[in-house]
Amino acid sequence: MAATPAAPATRPVVEAAGISKRFGSTQALRGVDLALAPGRCLGLVGRNGAGKSTLVSVLSGIYAADSGRVSFSGEPAPALGDVGGWRRRIATVHQHSMVVPALTVAENVFLGRQPGRGGALVDWRQMHDQARALMREWGFPIDVRLPCARLTVEQRQIVEIARAIAAGTRCLLLDEPTAALERDATARLFARVRQLTASGVAVLYISHHLEEVFEICQDVAVIRDGEMVLTAPVAQVSKEQLVAAMVGPAAGTDPEVAAAAVAGSRRIGAEAAAGVARLTVDRVSAASLRGSLREVSLEIAPGERVGVTGLLSAGVATLARVVAGAQPYEGGRVLVDGRPLAAGRPDLALLAGVGYIPEDRQAEGFVPLLGVAENATMTIVDRLAGRIGWLRPSARARAAGPLARRLSVVSAGLAQPVGELSGGNQQKVTVARALVRQPRLIVALTPTRGVDVAAKTLLLDELAQVTSESGASLLLATDELSDLVICDRVIVLVRGQRFAEFTGPPFDREALIAATEGLAAWSRAEPDRPEPDPPEPERREDA
Amino acid sequence: MSEISEPAEGSGAAARPDRGRAEVEAVMQGRTAQAAAVSLLREAALLPVIILLVVVGTFVNSAFLTVPNFTGIGQQVSALGVIVVGESLILLIGGMDLSLEGTYGLAPMIAAWLIVPKAEYGAGTLLSPYLALLIMLLVGAFIGLVNGLLIVKGRLNGFIVTLGMTIVLAGLQLGIVSGNSVFNPPAAFTYLGSANVGTVPVSLIVTVAVFVITGLFLRYHRTGRAIYAVGGNLAAARAAGLKVDRIRIGVYVAGSVLAAVGGLMEAGRVSAVTGQQGYQEGIIFTVFAAAVIGGVSLRGGRGNMVGAASGVVLLGLVQNIMDLSQVSNYWIEAVTGGVILVALLLARVIGGEATAE
Repeated sequence: MAATPAAPATRPVVEAAGISKRFGSTQALRGVDLALAPGRCLGLVGRNGAGKSTLVSVLSGIYAADSGRVSFSGEPAPALGDVGGWRRRIATVHQHSMVVPALTVAENVFLGRQPGRGGALVDWRQMHDQARALMREWGFPIDVRLPCARLTVEQRQIVEIARAIAAGTRCLLLDEPTAALERDATARLFARVRQLTASGVAVLYISHHLEEVFEICQDVAVIRDGEMVLTAPVAQVSKEQLVAAMVGPAAGTDPEVAAAAVAGSRRIGAEAAAGVARLTVDRVSAASLRGSLREVSLEIAPGERVGVTGLLSAGVATLARVVAGAQPYEGGRVLVDGRPLAAGRPDLALLAGVGYIPEDRQAEGFVPLLGVAENATMTIVDRLAGRIGWLRPSARARAAGPLARRLSVVSAGLAQPVGELSGGNQQKVTVARALVRQPRLIVALTPTRGVDVAAKTLLLDELAQVTSESGASLLLATDELSDLVICDRVIVLVRGQRFAEFTGPPFDREALIAATEGLAAWSRAEPDRPEPDPPEPERREDA
Repeated sequence: MSEISEPAEGSGAAARPDRGRAEVEAVMQGRTAQAAAVSLLREAALLPVIILLVVVGTFVNSAFLTVPNFTGIGQQVSALGVIVVGESLILLIGGMDLSLEGTYGLAPMIAAWLIVPKAEYGAGTLLSPYLALLIMLLVGAFIGLVNGLLIVKGRLNGFIVTLGMTIVLAGLQLGIVSGNSVFNPPAAFTYLGSANVGTVPVSLIVTVAVFVITGLFLRYHRTGRAIYAVGGNLAAARAAGLKVDRIRIGVYVAGSVLAAVGGLMEAGRVSAVTGQQGYQEGIIFTVFAAAVIGGVSLRGGRGNMVGAASGVVLLGLVQNIMDLSQVSNYWIEAVTGGVILVALLLARVIGGEATAE
C-alpha cells in the first residue's frame, strides 16, 4: 500500500545519526550513529558510564538529543511528549521490571490501551482472550489473570516483552535483561529473542556479559566515553578486541590512581598468615535484589586489605552487607576472629569489631538532622555514656574532633547537621562513624561513590593508613576499579560466585575488567582452550 | 575574583574541601554563633504568640492576669502536658499513637474500678488505692507494649493499629462500669490532680518535672539521642549498631505510661472518672495540635520539650481566654480551632521551613 518500493527489507527499523547529548559538564554522547536492521540483534557493550543508558533514553524518547536525529523506518521520530507514538515504534525492557505489581498480567500487557467498548469501559473478557491468544502464539506459559506481584522476575520480563508485541512494536531494546535471571531463565530468554528476530523484529541487546553477545547477537557495537568506537558483525571480532575497545588506550593512567597507589604499596608479611583469620566467609549464600551470593568463601588475614569487585549484579554489595550484619544470609557461616557472627544483626557485628561504611550514605550513612559529632560517634555511645546512660555532648565532640580533623571534614562546627554538608563531607562523616570505634575489620562498600577526586584520594589514603597503623583488616567492596589500588589482593565475583583472584598490586586494569565481564584468561589469551562459561573453578592470576 | 565574591558565611563556602584550616576554623566560629542565634529564635518561636495571647487576655477580662487564674490554667493543662510529652516521644521516633487518648481514659478507670465498692460501679475488689495506681501504670505499659510489638515486630501500620486500639480501649472503659462514671474516688487517687503545695497545684509541679526530665533525657541520655537518630533515619541508626526495635517499642511503652499518668491527673482534678474521659472528648486532636504547634515534626526526628511545652501553654491560654470571654459556648470550638490554625501559621513563619510540619 505504501508507495516506497525502494528496498524495504534493508531499511533500518531504527536509525540514529550523529546523536550528541550533554548533561551539565558531562558530554554523555558525541555524534553516535546506530542502526537496527529488521530481524537482527545488535549487542551494545561498554563500561559503566560509557553512555549506554543515555543512548537508550534518547532512542526510547525519554530525552531529546542536543543534536542528531532518530528515525523509525525512514520516518522522523515522534515529538518528545508523544509517549504513545514512541511506544508503538520502540519498546524497552528494563533491567528492573516496570510492570505494575497490583494489576494482572493481561492488564499489564494492555496497560493504557485496554480493549473495550465506547472508549471508557474495559471489556475484561476480550482483554483476557487477546492476552491469552498472544501468550499461546508465542509459547509463553503464564496465566493472564494472575497479578504481576506473584510472578517471578523472568515472568515479569515476559509480560514486558508481550506488552511490546501487543503494541505492534517492531523494535525492542533489552537493557541488561539477564542481570536478575538464573541460568535456565537466561537460556529461555535467548530462545525468545531468537524467536522475535526470526519474525523480523529488530533487537538492541545491552549487556555486560560479552559471552551473551556472542551467543545471540549478529552485530556488536562498542561505546566508550560517549563515542561509538567499534561496530562490526560478531563473527568478525574476538573477545579480546571487544575488551580492548571498551577499555581504550588510556587504561590505568588516572591521576588519582597514581596518587593513591603510594598508599597501597605495602605488602602483607608471612606472619599474618600464621594466626586465626580476621574474617572467614565460609560457603555463604544469600538471596538479594542487589545480586545474590552462591556459596562464596574467602578469608582475610589480620591487617590484610582485600578488594572485592564485579558487576552491579554480581553480589559484591551483598557480600559486604552480609559481613557487616546489614543483611541476613541463608547458608554458610561468617566468622570474625574465629567467632561466628549472627546473621542480619548490625549491632552484634559492631560489637564483634566490624566497622561498616555503607553503600548509600543517604540511606544508611548518617542522620541528616543530627550534628557531625553526634553522627560520627553514634557507634561508640556505649563507651562515651556513663553507667546509667547519661552522655555529654562535649564528650562526643572530644571523641569526634580528632577524626573530623584528620578526615578534613569541612563543616560549620561539629554541631552542624550533616544533612547540610556537601556529599564528600557527608561521606567523610560516614567513614568517621565506622573508624571511631577502632574496628578490627573495616567493611567499606563503594566508599568513594559520588565524591570528588580530592575527597576520593583522601578517603582511600585514610583507609590504607588506618589499616596500617591499627592492624585492622579491610574488606573493600566496590565497582570502582581505581579504588582497588590500596588492596593487597582482589577477588572478582561473577554472578554471585568467586571467579578470579588477583594478588599483589598494581593490578592489571584490563585483566580486572575482563574478569568482571566473566572472561578469565583474557590477559594470557589462551586460544587453545574454549572460553569458559562463568562461573568456573577459580583461577589465580599473579600480576 | 572568586575569592572576593565568595560570601564569608553560607553553605557554599563551608562545603569547599580545599580551604586552609585557619580559614575553615574562622568560618566555623562565625557559623556557630549564628547557628546558636537561629536555634534560639526557633525554640522561642511561639513566645511572641504567647505574649500576644496574654495581652489579649488582659483586655478580655480583668480576672485574667491574676495568680489564681494562672495556677488554674496550670492545673488545667497539666494532664494535657503529660500526655503531650508521651505523644511527642512517639512522634520523635517517627511513629504516631492515637490510642494514647484511650489509655488516658481506660487506665484511671480500671484503677478506680478496682478501688470503689460494687454499689458505686466498682469491681468489688476494694483494692488499696496504692496497689490500684501501680496496676494503672502497668495497664499503660501493657497497652504500649502491645502497640509497639504490633507496629515494630508485626510491621503493621501505626496509624491503623492505634486507631483500632483506641476504639478497643474506649469500649473497655465503658464496658467495665456499664457506661457509668465512678465518682468520689479516695484521696490517694485524687491527690495528683487536685492537691496543692502552698498555692501551687501538685499536678503542675509534676508536669513541669516531667517536661524537664524528659527534655534532659532527650538531650543528654544515650537513649534520648538514639530516639532522634531512629526518627531521623532509621536505617542509618540500625547500621550504626543502635538497637532500633527495642528503642521503638520502649518509646511506645513510655508514651502509654505517660498517658495513664495524665489520665490520673484529669480524673483527680474533676474528682471522677467518666466514660467520656479521653476518647469521647477527642483529646488526641488537642494533643497532636499542641505537639505540632510546638515544633514536633510528624515526620519524626525533629522537636524538643521546650517547643512541646510552649504548644501546651498556648492551647491552655486559648482555652482560658475563651472561658473568660463572652464567646458563646456554641462558638468556642470554632474559635479555638481557628486560633490553632493561626498559631500553626505563625509558628511556621517565625520558626522557618522545618517547623510545624
